[in-house]
Amino acid sequence: MIHRPLGLLLEEHPYVDTFLKENNIPVEGNQERSINDIIGGMSAETAEEFAFEIESLEQNLNLFITQMKEFLNEGADEVSSITIYPGTDKSGAPEGFDRLELKTGQIISIVGPTGSGKSRLLADIEWVAQKDTPTNRTIFVNDDIPESKWRFSISDKLVAQLSQNMNFVMDLSVEEFVRLHAESRMLEDIDTVVTHIIEKGNDLAGEKFQPDTPITSLSGGQSRALMIADTAVLSRSPVILIDEIENAGIDRKRALDLLLSEDKIVLMATHDPVLALLGDKRLVIQNGGIAKVIETTEEERSILVELEVLDARTNHLRNLLRNGERLHENR
Amino acid sequence: MNLVTVSGPPSSGKTSVILKTLAALDKRSVKPAVVKFDCLYTDDDLLYEKAGIPVKKGLSGSLCPDHYFVSNIEAVVDWGLDSEYDLLISESAGLCNRCSPYIKGIKAVCVIDNLSGINTPKKIGPMLKTADIIVITKGDIVSQAEREVFASRVQAVNPRAVILNVNGLTGQGCYELSTLLYDEGNHITSLKGMELRFSMPSALCSYCLGEKRIGESYQMGNVRKIDLKESVSNDT
Ligand SMILES: Nc1nc2c(ncn2[C@@H]2O[C@H](COP(=O)(O)OP(=O)(O)OP(=O)(O)O)[C@@H](O)[C@H]2O)c(=O)[nH]1
Ligand SMILES: Nc1ncnc2c1ncn2[C@@H]1O[C@H](COP(=O)(O)OP(=O)(O)O)[C@@H](O)[C@H]1O
Ligand SMILES: [Mg+2]
Ligand SMILES: [Mg+2]
Ligand SMILES: [Zn+2]
Ligand SMILES: [Zn+2]
Repeated sequence: MIHRPLGLLLEEHPYVDTFLKENNIPVEGNQERSINDIIGGMSAETAEEFAFEIESLEQNLNLFITQMKEFLNEGADEVSSITIYPGTDKSGAPEGFDRLELKTGQIISIVGPTGSGKSRLLADIEWVAQKDTPTNRTIFVNDDIPESKWRFSISDKLVAQLSQNMNFVMDLSVEEFVRLHAESRMLEDIDTVVTHIIEKGNDLAGEKFQPDTPITSLSGGQSRALMIADTAVLSRSPVILIDEIENAGIDRKRALDLLLSEDKIVLMATHDPVLALLGDKRLVIQNGGIAKVIETTEEERSILVELEVLDARTNHLRNLLRNGERLHENR
Repeated sequence: MNLVTVSGPPSSGKTSVILKTLAALDKRSVKPAVVKFDCLYTDDDLLYEKAGIPVKKGLSGSLCPDHYFVSNIEAVVDWGLDSEYDLLISESAGLCNRCSPYIKGIKAVCVIDNLSGINTPKKIGPMLKTADIIVITKGDIVSQAEREVFASRVQAVNPRAVILNVNGLTGQGCYELSTLLYDEGNHITSLKGMELRFSMPSALCSYCLGEKRIGESYQMGNVRKIDLKESVSNDT
């Protein structure tokens, strides 16, 4: 690989572009030359400054190409279930279930007091625990012992997580940002994907934003909406974890629909009654263990409707106050 | 005793991650110690002491801390062996972006944070390129998308490393990291005959050694001159 002219190399493996850039190997004007020529032609000083070493570059390039090929060849929807086998709670007592299977298309809420172990359960799933976490739980993927790639691969992570604290830090516009992300996922039709994400984000956000809005100036609700749309469309991870996400300013139900529509398992740790009831079932965590698994009943779903009405009322009142108006009963 | 070298840019979260990881190892009754290498000043030793972890600190003063590291690590390892610790972690502030304190055959961890910007991976050099484990911190304050973009850049620079996202504040990921750090089968009894993974830049200049006077006749050692004739573009 390191003896092939860059032009040819890039034609065969376009993603090598990222590798060259990140390793400070100049591509421009070097189409006819190979990596070996380029490094060989450098002054000893430059080579030392950038710490180039031809053998390790060669190994890394080959490895990078293998990783990218694997990433591109695999189907996205190969995970259809996650199974949790019981471990122990904080007192070391075994958890009281035999086996818990979570399937794609399901929303699972996780409830329990602060410190009870909700985040730990999410972390067990992310790490595909094999009795090697404080809970001693075992996680299976597709009803089988998981491959190690689910633990260590960067491009093929089992889990995407929506952060609790949702800020953007990059200095880019909405469009530039989504494009950058799409590029890092090696997508083909980037323009369409970018437009799609911005559209979906706007669907979820109370107030609209433009493609050229800087991401750092998005409101809390707009940031969350964009992040959810972006994760739903671009993240290939089959499991989405939501850990006590703040929920003001977005349409929660549509957000979950969007996330689920891409064939995923959604798990959310939450104290919010609406989110808790939006789940197909809820896991009750007590003292570090899964104490109960409760299926959402019809009765609870009708209470959910009630809650949603209350919720809409709260939002309405919040907006009135925000706009400097007086409040009146029944309006 | 296991030796692990941890390095990374200033304030990337090295101490936070080490503290949380050692807390996780505590349950496995592993007896740890830490040595912190820095330039002029550090309070990290107080943090380790507070957590009950034996700690030594070395300040390199006007020398590159990694050069200082190499000249001192052997003595520190002997201290660790004499005191019968199970795991000795060296924390060094990666200040010069060109040197790295990694030793062949000794586990090398690089800690960088999501906030440092997406162009950071390509600037860091051997400290990132030759690490075995790369810990990315502060994912809690950026978006999932930013985490993915950052991690993919890191992977392009070092496809061999195990890359972990860790939260230095809550310790999420530290238990997982601890399982990769300590290895019963990887004990050392001395650093004799070992080598650095990557050479450190050759000579130092007279200013590194404390020279203050400006002028050609005071410049010694590895001195390089700026080229003002052409418009220089460093954008390689
Ligand atoms: N939000 C957030 N803050 C973090 C995280 N990890 C570390 N920090 C904070 O970042 C700051 C620097 O962390 P340290 O652990 O002292 O960093 P360091 O790399 O040891 O710093 P030096 O030894 O001085 O180079 C502290 O205020 C930490 O609390 C993280 O994952 N998330
Ligand atoms: N089954 C368990 N055994 C031992 N420790 C546990 C267990 N479950 C949780 N913990 C620990 O308890 C603490 C609090 O758990 P966490 O998941 O952060 O709670 P929550 O997210 O519900 O507030 C963490 O340090 C976690 O590692
Ligand atoms: Mg939590
Ligand atoms: Mg520190
Ligand atoms: Zn140096
Ligand atoms: Zn100097």
